[in-house]
Amino acid sequence: MKRVLTGNYAAAYGATAAKVNVVAAYPITPQTTIVEILSEIVANGELNAEFIKVESEHSALAACIGAQSAGARTYTATSSQGLALMHELIHWTARARLPIVMTNVNRALGPGWSIWADATDSVSQRDTGWMQVYCENNQEVYDTTLMAYKISEHADILLPTLVNLDAFFLSHTSQVVDMIDQDRVDAFLPTYAPEYKLDIDNPRSFGSLTSPDHYYEFSYKMHKAHEAAKQIIPEVHAQFAKEFGREYGMTESYRCDDAEYLLVTYGTIAGTTMDAVDRMRDKGIKAGALKIRYFRPFPSEEVRSILKNAIKVGVIDRMISFGHEGAFFTETKAAMYGETVPLYGFIAGLGGRDVSIKDIESMVDKMQAEDPSNLIWIGVKE
Amino acid sequence: MSAETKKVRLTLPENEVMSPGHLACQGCGASMAMRYALKALGRKTILSVPACCWAVIDGPFPYSAVGVPLQQSAFEAAAATASGITNALKSLGKDDITTLAWAGDGGTFDIGLQALSGAVERNENMIYVVYDNEAYMNTGIQRSSSTPHGAWTTTTPVKHYRKGQKKNIMEIIVAHHIPYCATANIAYPEDFIKKLQKAKSIKGAKFIHLFAPCPTGWKHGPDKTVKIARLATETNTFPIYEVENGVYKINKKIKNVKPVAEYLRAQGRFRHLPEDELEYIQSMVNKSYKRLEKLEAAFGESA
Ligand SMILES: Cc1ncc(C[n+]2csc(CCOP(=O)(O)OP(=O)(O)O)c2C)c(N)n1
Ligand SMILES: [Mg+2]
Repeated sequence: MKRVLTGNYAAAYGATAAKVNVVAAYPITPQTTIVEILSEIVANGELNAEFIKVESEHSALAACIGAQSAGARTYTATSSQGLALMHELIHWTARARLPIVMTNVNRALGPGWSIWADATDSVSQRDTGWMQVYCENNQEVYDTTLMAYKISEHADILLPTLVNLDAFFLSHTSQVVDMIDQDRVDAFLPTYAPEYKLDIDNPRSFGSLTSPDHYYEFSYKMHKAHEAAKQIIPEVHAQFAKEFGREYGMTESYRCDDAEYLLVTYGTIAGTTMDAVDRMRDKGIKAGALKIRYFRPFPSEEVRSILKNAIKVGVIDRMISFGHEGAFFTETKAAMYGETVPLYGFIAGLGGRDVSIKDIESMVDKMQAEDPSNLIWIGVKE
Repeated sequence: MSAETKKVRLTLPENEVMSPGHLACQGCGASMAMRYALKALGRKTILSVPACCWAVIDGPFPYSAVGVPLQQSAFEAAAATASGITNALKSLGKDDITTLAWAGDGGTFDIGLQALSGAVERNENMIYVVYDNEAYMNTGIQRSSSTPHGAWTTTTPVKHYRKGQKKNIMEIIVAHHIPYCATANIAYPEDFIKKLQKAKSIKGAKFIHLFAPCPTGWKHGPDKTVKIARLATETNTFPIYEVENGVYKINKKIKNVKPVAEYLRAQGRFRHLPEDELEYIQSMVNKSYKRLEKLEAAFGESA
């Protein structure tokens, strides 16, 4: 069924289609409409779930942890300050190997107060062990939410997923979303049946005191699960494409095959970049775009194979790791280790600053001119 | 036979859920408390335990002493984690399992107060027990807002001992209008067990403030735990009462109330206190107890 939905509603309906048993969430702009619509969906019986109206994001994720450990499929959503407040439990979720799915509306952190798009919030959770996906449109938000449950719950993965969408550009923008019939979702995503849970017939303690004898291997296994995810994610994508006709990858290439100037980016900037690529192609510049969907696990091999034949590569980050560079730039450079293609890092759109097609065209101009070691800030008012 | 060695017949449930092979210090009040609690609640119980001594007492991975499923949680998250557990059980149709949040005074009076307030305000179907040893013991005896006036801890050294009364957590929780709040003391296991069984039979949020001495932190012999715990109640320092649907009831009215000094002098953590401080503490205890009596008179069964 096709409906016109905001990105936030697409996320909420994705979780609804996943038939989550427990929702715990706390409002924050621009995530708020997720909490509101889910309250309605639960209240009117469209979703048979318990909605815990917690007093903070910290408790939201703690409640999801408790519920998921007890055998429920859970969902939460937040943004920015809320995600930062959860930080301790973001680690906890992954280390507890709980396949919780959380929507994060990418928003800047204060001060000054900004409710606009910026990926600093989610990138700051990089080393927690969560898988992270960045979406470009509302259909992708809906589909990714559904697939995230299937991927996270896979017995060889058992890791949580953070599904990211840009503040306002997606969260509050309406697009047509093709929603999948419930019986077909159910066939794709069966009822959650974890092998390990709080079970009075098989009492176990979860998260106990752990000596160096075991902790090291716990971490090793988490990393192995991320590696396994790199195999399993494409399988789930393929199954999804077969069932529902929409194709996804860990990355998405746009006119990359013969591209000389390749721009790597994520989130809504990817859509703008693809439009800019078309314009540049019309002008005779062989440009291409590579959208990164999965930031964790990072698809290094895939990125490398797509980028290695370019003449120059630019990476656009809507965040800055202060004192260094954009995080996706760092990852892309690491993936390109040993290759000789020069790489440029662009910082753009922080705190919701608009990134236009012109801005993106200007990046290719700069790539043709400047020293690749430079980190280039687009549109700074000096 | 002296009063101290007088034999008392206990009528505790015989079932043992918890195993003896745990990591508590000798004479730990909190470990006795869990044994009693699980006797009362049985195996159909799921525990939510935050960072505190009990996070360790249960034993190192892959061992567990409690005999029921136990979910460890972040320090401030016991009540929120338990909220998740109880809602999952509800959602999955398992309504015969008790969710028991079990936290220290630090995880309850201080860092976990927000999550606890949220959970009880929502009237989550759970029992929350705070075992109160009046300091952060797990991290080596630092003061909490439950540390009583006059006490030594490592962050309130003798020259700068704790000033001010401990937080009245019962009043804070009572103010949330939940169906059942009670105090209990490991020196009176039957009362504690009865209260847990009552709590189990009530739907919604139940809160028990349990007095549980810590020989390591209070500087008394491990053989004195129960005696000191009993003195706390016999001196009216820690009165035993309950508030059921807003109705106050003092469950143990002490006939021959002992001087607080007897309780204080039995512990090393108060050794440095001068006489005038003992008098001050006595006056505060009297005042608090009078206040409780007034509450019972105003909001008790006969009111
Ligand atoms: C966020 C956070 N801050 C601090 C700690 C360190 N910590 C662990 S247990 C504890 C004290 C616990 O005190 P209490 O709740 O009274 O339990 P007890 O140790 O006395 O049993 C502290 C400070 C922690 N684990 N997490
Ligand atoms: Mg304590």
